[in-house]
Amino acid sequence: MNVNELASTLNCEILSLPDGERLVENIYTGDLLSWVMGRAESGCAWITIMTNVNVCAVASLVDAACVIIAENAEISDEIIAIASVKGVNMLRSCASVYELCVSIHEKANL
Amino acid sequence: MDEQLIFRYEIDGSNFTSAGEASVSVKKKLRQLGFAPEIIRRVSIAMYEGEINMVIHAHGGKAEVVVKNDRIEIILDDHGPGIPNIDLAMQEGFSTAPDNIRSLGFGAGMGLPNMKRYTDTMAIQTELGVGTRITMTVNI
Ligand SMILES: Nc1ncnc2c1ncn2[C@@H]1O[C@H](COP(=O)(O)OP(=O)(O)OP(=O)(O)O)[C@@H](O)[C@H]1O
Ligand SMILES: [Mg+2]
Repeated sequence: MNVNELASTLNCEILSLPDGERLVENIYTGDLLSWVMGRAESGCAWITIMTNVNVCAVASLVDAACVIIAENAEISDEIIAIASVKGVNMLRSCASVYELCVSIHEKANL
Repeated sequence: MDEQLIFRYEIDGSNFTSAGEASVSVKKKLRQLGFAPEIIRRVSIAMYEGEINMVIHAHGGKAEVVVKNDRIEIILDDHGPGIPNIDLAMQEGFSTAPDNIRSLGFGAGMGLPNMKRYTDTMAIQTELGVGTRITMTVNI
């Protein structure tokens, strides 16, 4: 499933979508950035409640397919702009991390 | 063997929001040079962890990335406080990061272990009150 399809399946708000065709290969969730950098795999959809600027750098460095901001966590326009400049796909949902994981498992078979 | 490319960066220790830019730039350059995604990922994550550490723990410093025929070297130099106990600092979970930094998602104590995990060699030279020099290599 690609990021476009995942966004519509999960009914996510689209914050930045420079590469909607990117394939989502696996899922990772976590908020501690070094932990994410140590464990997340390339091509993942990374679910987090972190919304500061370092999220864009980490997503880009681990080569995530997209970031999904859970719980409708607030994020500034400036950071959304940085995400699109850096080529980072960024979605947002009002669902919790747990609910997102369950829906992805049920609907996206990941 | 002597054919090499060098990228040099000044890491601004006072600007937390731009921290990571050197690593993102290295990532871009390695991609242009046609390196395999896994090599790029390892080099840029190791460098990012080191770069963030210099900003959080050492008021910034210098970074140098050298692309050689058989390996990529990353050299990080700072004039920060030094690391009192390297073995302890290398342990997963050990962190002295202050609360304001933790609230940004740092301070898991996983940075140095990640640098080791993603590189083929890593050496730390450090002196209290003088600074820290970390040299890493990734074989290509
Ligand atoms: N360049 C440095 N100068 C001085 N101390 C350092 C330096 N780099 C790391 N340290 C010390 O080593 C500890 C462990 O570093 P490490 O990168 O593993 O974790 P962290 O930076 O605290 O958290 P994380 O990297 O998970 O966000 C730091 O908390 C700090 O005390
Ligand atoms: Mg660190």
